[in-house]
Amino acid sequence: MSAIALLFLVLGLGLIGWLTARVRATRFRAGSTVRFSSLPSHHGWFVALWTAVPPLIFLVIWSMTSPALVTDTVLSTPAAMQLPPPGFDRASILSEARSLAEGRSFGAFHGLSRTLAPSYAAAQTRYDWIATALALLLAFAGGAFAFTRVKPGFGARTQVERVVMLMLLGASLIAILTTVGIVASLLYESARFFHVVPITDFLFGTHWSPQVIDGRDPGASLGAVPLFWGTFFIGAVIAMIVAIPFGLMSAIYLTQYAAPTTRKWMKPILEMLAGVPTVVYGYFAALTVAPAVRDFAVSIGISWASSESALAAGLVMGIMIIPFVSSMADDSIAAVPSSMRDGSLAMGATSSETIRRVLLPAALPGVVGGVLLAVSRAIGETMIVVMAASGVATLTLNPFASTTTVTKQIVDLLTGEAEFDSPKTLAAFALGLTLFVVTLLLNIVALRVVKRYREAYE
Amino acid sequence: MTKSLKMPILKMTARNVSVAYGSKIAINNVSIDVDQDEVVAFIGPSGCGKSTFLRTLNRMNDTVASARVTGEIKLDGQDIYSPDMDVVQLRARVGMVFQKPNPFPKSIYENVAYGPRIHGLAGAKADLDRIVEKSLRRAGLWDEVKDRLSDSGTALSGGQQQRLCIARAIAVDPEVILMDEPCSALDPIATAKIEELIHELRGRYAMVIVTHNMQQAARVSQKTAFFHLGSLVEYGNTSDIFTNPREERTKDYITGRYG
Ligand SMILES: Nc1ncnc2c1ncn2[C@@H]1O[C@H](COP(=O)(O)OP(=O)(O)O)[C@@H](O)[C@H]1O
Ligand SMILES: [Mg+2]
Repeated sequence: MSAIALLFLVLGLGLIGWLTARVRATRFRAGSTVRFSSLPSHHGWFVALWTAVPPLIFLVIWSMTSPALVTDTVLSTPAAMQLPPPGFDRASILSEARSLAEGRSFGAFHGLSRTLAPSYAAAQTRYDWIATALALLLAFAGGAFAFTRVKPGFGARTQVERVVMLMLLGASLIAILTTVGIVASLLYESARFFHVVPITDFLFGTHWSPQVIDGRDPGASLGAVPLFWGTFFIGAVIAMIVAIPFGLMSAIYLTQYAAPTTRKWMKPILEMLAGVPTVVYGYFAALTVAPAVRDFAVSIGISWASSESALAAGLVMGIMIIPFVSSMADDSIAAVPSSMRDGSLAMGATSSETIRRVLLPAALPGVVGGVLLAVSRAIGETMIVVMAASGVATLTLNPFASTTTVTKQIVDLLTGEAEFDSPKTLAAFALGLTLFVVTLLLNIVALRVVKRYREAYE
Repeated sequence: MTKSLKMPILKMTARNVSVAYGSKIAINNVSIDVDQDEVVAFIGPSGCGKSTFLRTLNRMNDTVASARVTGEIKLDGQDIYSPDMDVVQLRARVGMVFQKPNPFPKSIYENVAYGPRIHGLAGAKADLDRIVEKSLRRAGLWDEVKDRLSDSGTALSGGQQQRLCIARAIAVDPEVILMDEPCSALDPIATAKIEELIHELRGRYAMVIVTHNMQQAARVSQKTAFFHLGSLVEYGNTSDIFTNPREERTKDYITGRYG
């Protein structure tokens, strides 16, 4: 029986459970004057959940384990003795046999896969029947157990509530578990990297050239300091020099000076900027800003200025971050009670004095938190630097020189032609881990600051 | 020749003042005089326009976009709504204390120094120190805070915060102090302290206090104005208003028949 059919069968049984339990509950309510804690539909849901959920969970687990069981069965047949030893050939013969058995393809490249296909099909069918039988057994057992509990005094309502709670909990755990999985794989690959390259070489080395790695001392050309500096220079210095003043000033204008009508159209437009795909900013940086920056540098006498300068990438990144800073600052300023503003105005302060001396200091922690979040976004930003920053790692303070970033290097390392476990490729994971740790710390600190600030006014 | 009777000196006069928020009229044709050395109380049911009228006296209604003020208000004979009136100057001369204590999230010292700083009243640090101490003393707060002037003003108790706000207002040496229900967020002991303070400050500053507490009006003020539905129903000596009101509506209100 196909998986879809089985799924519908289980759901159908659930529906039947729902209907019968409802009928039963309606019947015992009809003859009684007592108030029940649960409505008939609660009993229905209780039985339906007990009928459908266990087989569904079983099917999910089964779908993950059964392919391996099927393959094991096939491997134990006499024909499988002719298979080559484990490796690429063996794997491709097996997957061809599987496609033939499932009817997904009709021609075969390896003769052996034709021989194996029938036993594949047989094993598949057998396991499908086992799955169907077990699923139905679970459905009936669960349904029957639940049905016996449908009695007048039974609190089906609270039981259903608990199941709803568990399902919601499960949904939120999935996101968390995925993150944990990602971090675990990052850690694992990074550990392999640090097995080959000493962590001190990576963290403190100032020479980065992954194209030419000396096999005896890979650490010598995998020092990431130039990348860290480039990332910091573009994301936390140049971008913030653009984003902080403009973001802050637009927030001040919007909260303090703009007429309500102006604010009504200006704020959404500003927020829309945050939704522009970063690749569009990348075009803008690479095709418009970068040449303009270079021409400007040449015109002021820096003849060697790069067309992949830190300044171009940083400027555009700063523009991208403006709405983010602006909306965080807007929230923080708006959270300062209006009585502060009134108090200052009533002392004879002007609007700008009030902003400078009362509102901004009061909003400062919130603004700082917002800026930290913005930095963490900027240093993780990839598309703009991939398109506009250079691939050459230089340790420079000159904004017109070319620099590279951690994200840009990760992309370059993983898109190049390299075996999966070379130090060069593994370095990408170590970079990813570093970036992850830094942005995580920034986020934690920023959220702390913002939270403490919110509490101060509640 | 000696005068046993001192002539009252008019500090502020309001003539035919009306205020509208958009099309809604909140104050209708009110005229009031405030004398130099008197405390005037505004009483009336909530929503009758006491705060609105109080805020016309230092032009705080300017901060409300929809508010329009008509009529004439003079401070020492000078029209405060005339184009050559500097609002910054006006608010330095007519200070305000709000219903809810609103110290700035700065140190106690900086709260009091705020006005002198923006108006450039103190040259040297020593001058500023003197102004801060004097203001805190007048507000009756000095002894409680003199050892922790650098603590945050928001860390004080509610009553202390309100006296800090009074000190802040006093620091720019105003001529009039407006108080909008300054005790409504305070407990009885803190309230008593503020009332005592008003007694002490009387004569130095003209004061206008909005209150919903009739006993408080009777205790602290020499004149009382009773507002109802945006109109001034009765204005006169506090003793007359409370013992012998001319208007039926005033009598109903002070005897608690409604409100
Ligand atoms: N900013 C405002 N915008 C519109 N209407 C207001 C505003 N402030 C007060 N009002 C209205 O004006 C009237 C008088 O309010 P207010 O002066 O606060 O009364 P009171 O202080 O006596 O309780 C009320 O009806 C109130 O709803
Ligand atoms: Mg009021």
